[in-house]
Amino acid sequence: MIAPYSHILILASLLFLMGAACAAARRSLIMILIGVEIMLNAAALAFIAASLRWRHLDGQAFVIFIFAVAAAEVAVGLALIVYAQRRTGSVKADDYQQLQG
Amino acid sequence: MTFYGVIFYVLGIIILAATALAITRRNPMHAVIYLIVSFFGLAPLFYLLGAPLLALLEIIIYAGAIMVLFIFIVMMLKIDVTPVSAGQWLKQWFPALSLSAISGLTMVFLIWQGPAPQTLLPLAQASPREFGLFVYRRYWFAVEIASFLLLVALAGAFYLGRKDTNPEEKP
Repeated sequence: MIAPYSHILILASLLFLMGAACAAARRSLIMILIGVEIMLNAAALAFIAASLRWRHLDGQAFVIFIFAVAAAEVAVGLALIVYAQRRTGSVKADDYQQLQG
Repeated sequence: MTFYGVIFYVLGIIILAATALAITRRNPMHAVIYLIVSFFGLAPLFYLLGAPLLALLEIIIYAGAIMVLFIFIVMMLKIDVTPVSAGQWLKQWFPALSLSAISGLTMVFLIWQGPAPQTLLPLAQASPREFGLFVYRRYWFAVEIASFLLLVALAGAFYLGRKDTNPEEKP
């Protein structure tokens, strides 16, 4: 016996909300990506807990795909950050206003 | 409360504290280091919940590969830490924190109202061999799609990161 299922879900939702608040409040693009990472991890935790709760391996299989998507997202996101930093010399989300003229 | 229960709550406190420190640091490098601590806390939790292969993958892929990528980028781009300006807290953190507090309360309420919230989770383990056979039997097509997604991400990152050959295009 580990812990009630609801406690694990509450831990996962707190982690998810921390990631969402980080992605919404921070201005640096790197911190926004970190927030997205935290949210993906919280989703993985909820999937694993559900997999144990109902004794199905499908939840764990989904976590593998979450890892794959997170790796792809980070690779493309960091390449975009480097590209944007080369173009504008900044990694702040407020500084990208080239279309404004 | 059993021994495993104590381990769960200790790990939960470590994860929440490390994540809260990570999202509030001004220096991105400190944030990445605290995030690594958080992932190292999450990996034993995955093991406790019966996923030893995923616990290892969490350390190898997340704490190992992805966070090293973040550290490389933070060191490559010279990021200056901007000083705190007045009224910034109110403008940036207040809306985000209030909205997440509202949705957090809603989530806790829904979880509490859900079916059998006090069900104690059993101790069980899916051995890596069993899990791998399951994934390749049931989800072989999704594995192929994931590998294709990683290939596309590799090509995209390579394209975005190449040297600019046309210098006058730059603004």
